[in-house]
Amino acid sequence: MERLTTLRRNIMRATGAIALSAVLAVSAAACGGDSDGGSGDGDSVTIGFMGDLTGENSGIVIPPNRGAKLAFEEYNATNPKVKINIKDYDSQGKGEQAVPLAKSAITKDKIVGLIGPAFSGETQQVGPVLEEGKIPAVSPSATNAALTKNGWKFFHRIVGNDDIQGAGVGTFITSGLSAKKVFVIHDNSEYGKPLGTTVETTVKGKGATTQVGAIDPEASDYSATVNQAKSFGPDAIFFGGYYAAGGKLIKQLREAGVKARFLSGDGSLDKGLAAGAGGSNAEGSVVGCPCLIDPTGKASAASKKFADAYKKKYNSDAAIYAAEGYDAATAFIEAVKAGNTKAEDINKFLSTVAVPGVSKEIKFTPEGDPASSAIYVYEVKGQTLPLLGDANTAKLG
Amino acid sequence: MLSNFIDQFWPSTIDGLSLGAIYALVALGYTMVYGVLRLINFAHSEIFMIGTFAVVGALEVLGISSPLGTLPLIGLMLLLAVVAGAASGGAAVLLELVAYRPLRKKGASRLAALISAIGASLFLQQFFALVVIPVLFDRPKEGGRLPVQSNDFADPVAIRSLFGLDISDMGLRSDKIIIFVGAILMMVALDQFVSRTRLGRGIRSTSQDPETAVLMGVNIDRVVTVTFALGGAMAGVAAALYMMRFEETQYMVGFLLGIKAFTAAVLGGIGNLRGALVGGLTLGLLEMYGSSIFGAEWRDVVAFTILVLVLMFRPTGILGESLQRARA
Repeated sequence: MERLTTLRRNIMRATGAIALSAVLAVSAAACGGDSDGGSGDGDSVTIGFMGDLTGENSGIVIPPNRGAKLAFEEYNATNPKVKINIKDYDSQGKGEQAVPLAKSAITKDKIVGLIGPAFSGETQQVGPVLEEGKIPAVSPSATNAALTKNGWKFFHRIVGNDDIQGAGVGTFITSGLSAKKVFVIHDNSEYGKPLGTTVETTVKGKGATTQVGAIDPEASDYSATVNQAKSFGPDAIFFGGYYAAGGKLIKQLREAGVKARFLSGDGSLDKGLAAGAGGSNAEGSVVGCPCLIDPTGKASAASKKFADAYKKKYNSDAAIYAAEGYDAATAFIEAVKAGNTKAEDINKFLSTVAVPGVSKEIKFTPEGDPASSAIYVYEVKGQTLPLLGDANTAKLG
Repeated sequence: MLSNFIDQFWPSTIDGLSLGAIYALVALGYTMVYGVLRLINFAHSEIFMIGTFAVVGALEVLGISSPLGTLPLIGLMLLLAVVAGAASGGAAVLLELVAYRPLRKKGASRLAALISAIGASLFLQQFFALVVIPVLFDRPKEGGRLPVQSNDFADPVAIRSLFGLDISDMGLRSDKIIIFVGAILMMVALDQFVSRTRLGRGIRSTSQDPETAVLMGVNIDRVVTVTFALGGAMAGVAAALYMMRFEETQYMVGFLLGIKAFTAAVLGGIGNLRGALVGGLTLGLLEMYGSSIFGAEWRDVVAFTILVLVLMFRPTGILGESLQRARA
């Protein structure tokens, strides 16, 4: 679990585009049959999966990898005209490993599409390579908002970016919680600060009064920020940052007698949040995420079907970004089903695809963001984080 | 800005004093070693870190897993202070034996000792992350760098009224009082030890003039050992107080705190025991006031700007001249 925690934290850093070199290319020759360089025409094509499959952040990349493999397996089992092979490229989350892997995937393995890269940092570096090689990519987990502002034509993602997340959580704070006074705290990171700012603008736009504070995540004493929160007297506190600091922050807020509801973003979606907060301090805190983690299939029938199939195959619950990995694979499956076996044709198809997926409708904006991207909220219950629902409609039970 | 300062004046003051008291206790270790050896012991922050882990371990061994009431808590804190003080003091003595004494015997330059100090600091951090935390604290190997939570043993009690006055807005809490009082008591004891005992006289004379001290029959090695032991023990007590407040530690916990404590030592006048107290409390208050006025992200900027200003006008720190010298 600790390992997962580290992974998760590292991943979150990466998605926050913080990790200096969190880039990865996953390249594990997956299921049977490296197509011998012969994707393209013929009766099989190869899709790559790139991400940190063995490094310290792999805990956040293995679930989407499994989700993608599950999708391709289901597809290949229908005996289609063109089968799809998946090949893993293990970038370990590092840009400098991801770039050469992407190049060899394009020139040597002749992939026609790529699922990934998983983290924002590596995506920033691999993006130009994909553009040059004209290879379409669908990332299940790179959330940095700037990625789709590069003017890239081949990069897509099936996950809402940090701006959308901030707006979603902001909406939940004002609608779901009906909070009127919101205190926003960020950790001054490239991930936490913009996320906090988006939440603040959103709740302000809906009539709440706000105040902003900051903490240094490396420090252990947050009393200045806690005092500020206490004198402001908010109904809700949003924290943009990672769970390790988030846990300590909750503990110090509660000890100082600040009882406002605590909320945070995907960087805090970890059981380490409750552990760091100690006792039952974190109970009832709400964490938003553009990811759908729904092992019990609460969100929809499709989600239930996916969760069951995933559990059956891997004997573990569908975890973070698994549904997004499945959906990214589905996008390529639809393209191949429609008779596209060349990279550029697939890319063209992706600009028009519109099919229902597990986590959301698989449909992209011209920039490559998902057309609709729900933000989900999770509530801390003991050491677990069960799904509460869509941020726009969820209510606390 | 200013209205925030006024609103948060009392909570800031109380937090600043309790935080500053911990800085001051750790600063004593820097200042004593500097006084005797003219060496900045950069590994002192790791001595503090060792103390925090001693507390985590001691709580585990004692099997205390739920918060205690105030009186039993004070008793427990005495015990933890002894355990952590012994662990940190012992580690400091060992550190001196391994990392500094051989250099001193060979007459190495002060810079060499400084490099040795930095090396020892890095070594201890990584040794804890890679070996001690995974093995002793039952963490998976990859988890050595993650925060370690201690058992929950202190439940702070808010003090809402004093002499019939409502002070619930002041943020006064039992744990902050214990930290402040505990730290002051330790410092008074140390000050008395240094100024009244035979060993203390040895320390003072060595810091004034090591050569003459040797001629007068002071055993330098013994003085150095005692200095490290005392400085380490103070850091251990600080660690126990710190753990009562935060109940969480990690291999890097001493890094930032060590820098702050060193700053406090310089601010108060390095080599000066009472300077460490003044410097620690001043720094703690400055940080809190600074962040209430400018926002918490400006905390260190404010504190260090003032440090630079103080040193511009008083290069030897607030209390200046080392106490040892002044008392000669």
